[in-house]
Amino acid sequence: MSDFDWGIIARSSAFLAEGMALSALLVLVATVGGLILGFGLALMRLSSHWLLSVPASTYVTVMRTLPLVLVLFWFYFLVPLVIGRPVGSLASALLAFVLFEAAFYCEIVRAGISNVRNGQSDAGLATGLRRAQVLRLIILPQALRAMMPLILNQIVIVFQDTSLVYVVSLHDFLTAASVVASRDGRATEMYALVALVYLAICLGTTKAAEFYRKGLPT
Amino acid sequence: MNYRWDWSILFKDTYMGWLWSGLLWTVIISLASWAVALTVGLLAGTARSAPSRSARLLAGIYIDVFRNVPPLVQLFLWYFVLPEVVPDSFGLWLKRDLPYPEIVTAVVAIGLFAGSRVAEQVRAGIEAVGAPLMPAALATGLRPAQAFRLIVLPLGLRAIVGPLTSEFLITVKLSSLSLTIGVLELTAQSRHVENYTFQGFEAFTFATIGYLVIGLCVTGLMRFIDIRIGGAALRKTPA
Repeated sequence: MSDFDWGIIARSSAFLAEGMALSALLVLVATVGGLILGFGLALMRLSSHWLLSVPASTYVTVMRTLPLVLVLFWFYFLVPLVIGRPVGSLASALLAFVLFEAAFYCEIVRAGISNVRNGQSDAGLATGLRRAQVLRLIILPQALRAMMPLILNQIVIVFQDTSLVYVVSLHDFLTAASVVASRDGRATEMYALVALVYLAICLGTTKAAEFYRKGLPT
Repeated sequence: MNYRWDWSILFKDTYMGWLWSGLLWTVIISLASWAVALTVGLLAGTARSAPSRSARLLAGIYIDVFRNVPPLVQLFLWYFVLPEVVPDSFGLWLKRDLPYPEIVTAVVAIGLFAGSRVAEQVRAGIEAVGAPLMPAALATGLRPAQAFRLIVLPLGLRAIVGPLTSEFLITVKLSSLSLTIGVLELTAQSRHVENYTFQGFEAFTFATIGYLVIGLCVTGLMRFIDIRIGGAALRKTPA
């Protein structure tokens, strides 16, 4: 027990910071891309035309049943095949994350929109607004407020999910730490650090989401 | 796109054997982890709404910590770190004598992560549906422990079969993490077949369909339970 070497953390901090930067990039791209695509999917799912709603709900159901690891492998294999030349694993991982998380953001957006009472959109239409205007001016502002805590929670999950790029050898925060851990035989120190850093960031965000939700009018 | 299709590899002895054994391990690990998650989740979720302050605090710490560390990091902690920080004799036992070490570790790690999520659902069910019935149950002459066991807990649980279905599905998906410590479950075996044959399409399609079928079974099972215990009927009646 006495032979821990916590100095290893300071010595590898630059490498770990690079890993954290990649994790942050993945969270950012997955969240922005996932929200945009998820918003489109949610509108499709809410559409009354089956040609729009059925493909969207099938997509969401399938994506939500598959493990992210398998989706990462799928894209790692598919993207170079479709493009016709090798691309780095970062490109396929980013695409996999956007398409995977879109299914989850879709459900959040859909729940947010359908929880706004019907009367709201009827009233909007009655005042002479067009459908798109009702959505933009009346439904979305209310839906967005209710969705915020759920989106924050999903960001925490996405951040935890980014650790899975370990399986396609991208150096995110966890993978960077595991590289140091096996190179220097310092598993205990490195994984303890990784767990504490994730815990601090995720717990902080979770509590912020809870605090926000408590402040919402019911 | 330039790809040579060959679905027959899925029926070649070796590869078919790998994929089916992978499917079997995925089912075993999922079920075992779910059993751990349900047990721990029920205990911690109940403790979260217990009268004792220290029980509530302890369960709260468990839920906060295990929910907020990525499951893959937890798996590595159990697998790489635990044997190093426990007393030597126990560490040696973990490394040398524990049967199926990767699988047991995966089940414990995934089960405890999922358990913290289940605990939150149990607590929510008790708080929203069960707890309001407590005064009525006490008024009928039940003692507090009886009221909790006979009224609050069963009715609270009946209300959360839906969320528990999602947690069960999440547990199935989490079983794929065990490939990082060398368990050859479904995802690992499909990758394995891809590496050997370069027929990634066929191998990953098998895995995809495998997860979809498991998912359908889980959803069907939980819906069956929901109907049997009357939860579905309960939700249909207008409030």
